[in-house]
Amino acid sequence: MGPFLTLISRDLGLAVREGGALGTVLGFNLIVVSLMPLGLGPDLNLLSRIAPGVLWIALLLSALLSLPRVFEADFEDGSLEALALGSMPLGLVAAAKCAAHWIATAVPLCLLAPLLGLLLNLDVTLLPLLVATLLIGTPAVSFLGGIGAALTLRSRRGGVLIALLVLPLYVPTLIFGISAIDGGGLGTGGAAPSLMILGAISLAAIVLGPLATGAALKAHLS
Amino acid sequence: MSDAPTRLHVEALAVLRGGRRVLHDVSFSVAAGEALVLRGPNGAGKTTLLRTIAGYMQPAAGHVRIDGVASDATLGEHCHYVGHLNAVKAQLTVAENLDFWRRYLGGTATDLDTILERLGLDAIADAAAAYLSAGQKRRLALARLLVARRAVWLLDEPTVSLDTDGTATLAAMAGEHCAGGGLVIAATHIDLGIAGARELSLAGRKEAAWALS
Repeated sequence: MGPFLTLISRDLGLAVREGGALGTVLGFNLIVVSLMPLGLGPDLNLLSRIAPGVLWIALLLSALLSLPRVFEADFEDGSLEALALGSMPLGLVAAAKCAAHWIATAVPLCLLAPLLGLLLNLDVTLLPLLVATLLIGTPAVSFLGGIGAALTLRSRRGGVLIALLVLPLYVPTLIFGISAIDGGGLGTGGAAPSLMILGAISLAAIVLGPLATGAALKAHLS
Repeated sequence: MSDAPTRLHVEALAVLRGGRRVLHDVSFSVAAGEALVLRGPNGAGKTTLLRTIAGYMQPAAGHVRIDGVASDATLGEHCHYVGHLNAVKAQLTVAENLDFWRRYLGGTATDLDTILERLGLDAIADAAAAYLSAGQKRRLALARLLVARRAVWLLDEPTVSLDTDGTATLAAMAGEHCAGGGLVIAATHIDLGIAGARELSLAGRKEAAWALS
């Protein structure tokens, strides 16, 4: 097992041992979504129409909640210094940590989504498409989020700053994520184009995000 | 590591921190098998010098290079850096912490038990690192030096929170590393007891006074 996979498996192991972190994120997601019907009233047609948007936005906010921790612990305990002296450049270290964040945080959020979709009266036939859309779109959430997490490492109000830096970057993912689910509902096979663009955004984020994240980490180490 | 470094050169090094010149015109070289102890008052630039050699910081002028190694590896890949932070994960056990660094750094050490025993951590190998004392965490950080063979050891105040026994172990480890063709550069205020170590005094401040003894 190379250093890349070693680092991913360590981060996943750490995530399992502090399971409370994932519980917080999933609980936050559940609460945001279940507040919606309370705020908007019991109009089932309205709820099912806005369900894709609500689910995506709730997922982005929940993921945002978990982002500050991606690099914080490693930076504070000196692990990042030692990781930087490995055979991988910091960009790959960042990629491994973002990949671990996707597996440990984004995937559970995606798997929770169908349950929350039922709460919002989302058409049951759309639930598989919902999960597929979220799984294709969320790599961009982790890999673009890593940039914000790395840039705000030493700032006192890091959490709020991450939101300001990262949420605008999520706009394309949000737009095509929602339009994929809406397109599937039309019954015209309209989901495919949006899904492909969503995949393209994620792939671009996986390639370009770690470069920026690595540069930000390098600046923090100096 | 197939290629063995023969000499580490620091040439006319100048480093800026926050616009202030911390190091100015520092030059020295350390041959394989030698230990160099950095001395100087607080703020003299000992940590800055070590972090620049490790490649964390970019020098404003001058450069650091190693003779006798393939040029495609970065300087940092030949270095172990043990600084003020221990890089110990509280959620993992002592043995898991060490095993992670062995695998991540591509270490060839097969017998982690012997390394743990050497540093007096064998009895608590299965304990969560969260329950270690400061000195035990430092010993675990120093164990990292032994799991993967790297030619250059950069030690910044390595004896902080170590007891006399731990300090003696560290001195013995550094001595063996030098005897095996490695280099040790350590910044410290107290005597490490590394046999045959040279000293470099960094006077710091504005004047570029430094002297090899």
